[in-house]
Amino acid sequence: MEWLLWFSKPENTKPLALIIFFVTFMGIVIYVYGSKKRSQKLESYREIPFLDDETGTKDKQ
Amino acid sequence: MAASMSYSGVEQYNFDIVKKFSVMALVWAVIGMFAGVYIASELAWPFLNFDSPYFSFGRFRPVHTTSVIFGFGGSALFATSYYVVQRTCQTRLISDGMASFTFWGWMAVIVLADFSYVLGYTQSREYAEMEWPIDILIEVVWVTYLILFVGTIMRRKQPHIYVANWFYLAFILATALLHTFNNLAMPVDLFSMKSYSLFAGTQDAMTQWWYGHNAVGFFLTAAFLGMMYYFVPKQAGRPIYSYRLSIVHFWALGFMYMWVGAHHLHWTALPDWTSSLAAAFSILLLMPSWGGMINGIMTLSGAWDKLRTDPVMRFMIVALSFYGMSTFEGPMMSLKEVNALSHYTDWTVGHVHSGALGWVAMISFGSLYHMMPKLWDTKIYSNKLVEVHFWLATIGIVLYIVAMWISGITQGLMWRAFDEFGNLQYSFAESVAAMMPFYAMRAIGGMFFLTGAVLMTYNMFMTIRQGKREAAALEAKLAAKLAHA
Repeated sequence: MEWLLWFSKPENTKPLALIIFFVTFMGIVIYVYGSKKRSQKLESYREIPFLDDETGTKDKQ
Repeated sequence: MAASMSYSGVEQYNFDIVKKFSVMALVWAVIGMFAGVYIASELAWPFLNFDSPYFSFGRFRPVHTTSVIFGFGGSALFATSYYVVQRTCQTRLISDGMASFTFWGWMAVIVLADFSYVLGYTQSREYAEMEWPIDILIEVVWVTYLILFVGTIMRRKQPHIYVANWFYLAFILATALLHTFNNLAMPVDLFSMKSYSLFAGTQDAMTQWWYGHNAVGFFLTAAFLGMMYYFVPKQAGRPIYSYRLSIVHFWALGFMYMWVGAHHLHWTALPDWTSSLAAAFSILLLMPSWGGMINGIMTLSGAWDKLRTDPVMRFMIVALSFYGMSTFEGPMMSLKEVNALSHYTDWTVGHVHSGALGWVAMISFGSLYHMMPKLWDTKIYSNKLVEVHFWLATIGIVLYIVAMWISGITQGLMWRAFDEFGNLQYSFAESVAAMMPFYAMRAIGGMFFLTGAVLMTYNMFMTIRQGKREAAALEAKLAAKLAHA
């Protein structure tokens, strides 16, 4: 269990946390903007708030 | 009739719970804002304390914060989250009983908390003053809310979970986490309201501000962004500007907010690196915050005329503008040098209110103006009153934050001024005396804002009455038709 002590030192965990968060965040950005097809699919979800207007619950206003 | 049936909540959705929370949001808005105006007036005109502990600023202040944040804001969030999750998942809440429990439980929390403060019971933790029995009740209500929300999402008919629900869910989860750890305390005995925190010293301060700033980040920001991502597109009649940007907005906020609480503890016993880390993350937060603001405002792209013609839309866009402004001001104040001037002054109070009144209250007003007429299947009773409310609220906010900017910066400068011998140039009492005109100005700003909220409550009361009348007339007409058939 000696290896766990490595995590108790801020000089180790701070850069580690930075790498984990940065890589994860970049992964999300690449996922979101990386593919044209996926982009189109994601953008199609913009319409969701209007879908139940079409299924017989039209807003009166 | 189909529309009436679906909106009455009998069939497709549970709108009864949404109606209850919406009405109570307005009731708590008036109570909480009245308490706010009262304590602001106490500072400007101290005779209002009446030399009684029951009327003192110290006891009324948490009544104000609890009633507006958890009473008004919380009820508006319960109402809109139940509305949005049902409509975007196209399914009914999984349990009417659980929904009802969250309503009565939450109302009990606010009432008990407010009474306990006036009687002198408090944990003295910012935005978490409730003593341990009330904290336990909050925990039970909140877990029920979480189960209800997640359960409803799980039985959705729409394959994709709309982004507004992500924000609501982050708010529910983060609040559960924050509430639990911030309130770890040991009661003096089983029948005592008094308890002591499990943390001590700097750790206690750190825990409090980890909670405090994340209450701002997840309760007062993420949750109301959920509101924004549904109601701005609905009111504008056009989809959100960029769905992809909303995803990045969500994850970036989630990553960064948790780290910034320590910027409330600059220049204290907190380790310097923690303080710097919080400042760095605060600066980084500007980007997703502005990304979200731009996403909301650009939704109106191509329909800017709505800003002139639609007062409800104006509430929402001004709310987003204040969101942008306060998320610029916040990171700026988190810089250690700026904080050295601003901390412990009224500047902080002004900053909080530019977010709370400008962003939180304005987006809630806009969303409730959109939603409430639909719930009662009618139109807004008076658009003119909405217009008047908008201007009262906007003028009120401007008066408030300008007063606090001037008084805050004056305070900061007076406290750090030295004379030629190196002694403090002003006594604390002198700085208090210098604040008096601005305290009066702030109280007047609050009165404007409160008057607007009262007008809205009247307008919505009349809207509900109108909706009920229309429904009764329709029912009578149908009954007459059936009798003749």
